[in-house]
Amino acid sequence: MRMIAFASRNFKEIIRDKLNIFFGIGFPVVLLLLLSLIQSNIPIPLFEISNLAPGISIFGLSFFSLFAGMLIAKDRTTSFIYRLFTSPMTESDFIMGYALPVLPIAIFQMLFCYIFSILLGLEISFNILLAILVSIPCAIIFIALGLLCGSLFSDKTVGGVCGALLTNLSAWLSGTWFDLDLVGGGFKFVADLLPFSHGVNAAKSAISGNYSEIFNNLLWTIGYTVVLMIISIIVFKQKMNSNRK
Amino acid sequence: MAKAIQTINLTKKYNGFCAVDSLNISIEEGELFALLGINGAGKTTTIKMLSCLEKPTEGEAWILGNSILTKSQKVKELISVSPQETAIAPNLSVKENLELMCGIYGMDKEQVQKKTKKIIKEFELDEIIDKKARLLSGGWQRRLSIAMALITEPLVLFLDEPTLGLDVIARRELWKSIVKLKGKVTVILTTHYLEEAEKLSDEIGIMSKGKLVAVGTAKQFITETGAENFEEAFVALYERGKVK
Repeated sequence: MRMIAFASRNFKEIIRDKLNIFFGIGFPVVLLLLLSLIQSNIPIPLFEISNLAPGISIFGLSFFSLFAGMLIAKDRTTSFIYRLFTSPMTESDFIMGYALPVLPIAIFQMLFCYIFSILLGLEISFNILLAILVSIPCAIIFIALGLLCGSLFSDKTVGGVCGALLTNLSAWLSGTWFDLDLVGGGFKFVADLLPFSHGVNAAKSAISGNYSEIFNNLLWTIGYTVVLMIISIIVFKQKMNSNRK
Repeated sequence: MAKAIQTINLTKKYNGFCAVDSLNISIEEGELFALLGINGAGKTTTIKMLSCLEKPTEGEAWILGNSILTKSQKVKELISVSPQETAIAPNLSVKENLELMCGIYGMDKEQVQKKTKKIIKEFELDEIIDKKARLLSGGWQRRLSIAMALITEPLVLFLDEPTLGLDVIARRELWKSIVKLKGKVTVILTTHYLEEAEKLSDEIGIMSKGKLVAVGTAKQFITETGAENFEEAFVALYERGKVK
């Protein structure tokens, strides 16, 4: 009950911020439209809608780190959190209350992104739902990163780390904008070690019906999900307790 | 009568600096206890310790018999705090803020509706009920913040400078609400306004440099110091505490 009340507040705080709506929903759609226009003039396989839609939907998820991180970092500077710390809310109420409301918004964003892609020519199939499903670990990765950054940094720093650094890193290293094999070397090695390209590849494999390719990529993203979630929970708890010392 | 709040040698040190020094207070149930002192006297730190927000360096305190060290979760169910700064969720409406507090204290839907309706009437929040909290004036935000502390009907209430920044009319209105709590809720109120402490409290504690230098009523302080009024008595007691 406590967690639900708090999660409901956080959900409202996020969706009532117009910038969140623009970056969460509008920006990926604008990118889809622009890149599809480029594709119609200069066709390249990477920007075909079946490749583009999974990439942009994963890239769009990176903004959820910013939303979650900003909310936590801003709360930490206010008396509102002081009031909540003196209430019967437990540590898990706080963690779940921050993390849970972001997930349905992230799923809605992916759904919106794919529906828009259908308008741009993506074939309607069950594979779209599968792509959304296999992208959920990626959504949780970004939420965990938001929890982590929001617990550690000020809202200004979260804006820089999550809003600029993370979105760019996840874009470059995901293979959405260019083929990682073309760059190769150390860049590809690092990209392969991180979860972003695996998230995109899992969603691409789902869309193309290449089901056997999903599992390997999914293992990477699920592994990162578990590790990052554990780290962010530990850090969040430690920061919460240090505030109370 | 049982003690609502009791502290024994409650102490808080930050890197060697003693913010609260061996505080011993005992407050009866239903009493309104005012903590007076200049900035940095240790009033807010005391409230932070009693509300389980900060752990004491030494000493112990009990809220309605529950230790703040070993039964903090129970303590949190019994208390409510209105912090010094306005503590509201900015993007939520006034009604949503009130409902949020009810939800956080585990009330069901029916209770939420009942309590929200009651507090809206009590604090005359009808005209701003659907307004986003961030769009309210400072005075209204403060009123909402205090209503959020009261909606959970706590047994012990901490009001940290509740009327700071309020105009005279709003302050008087709030006083009326606070007076209504007397006898039902145990209140610790910190304030800079001597008139507020004199009018509202059953007992006053004066803090200076983290120490409780005097406890009594305004009348007792005036008699004890031979001062002409409470303000002069306060200054005399404060200076005495400073010398100690």
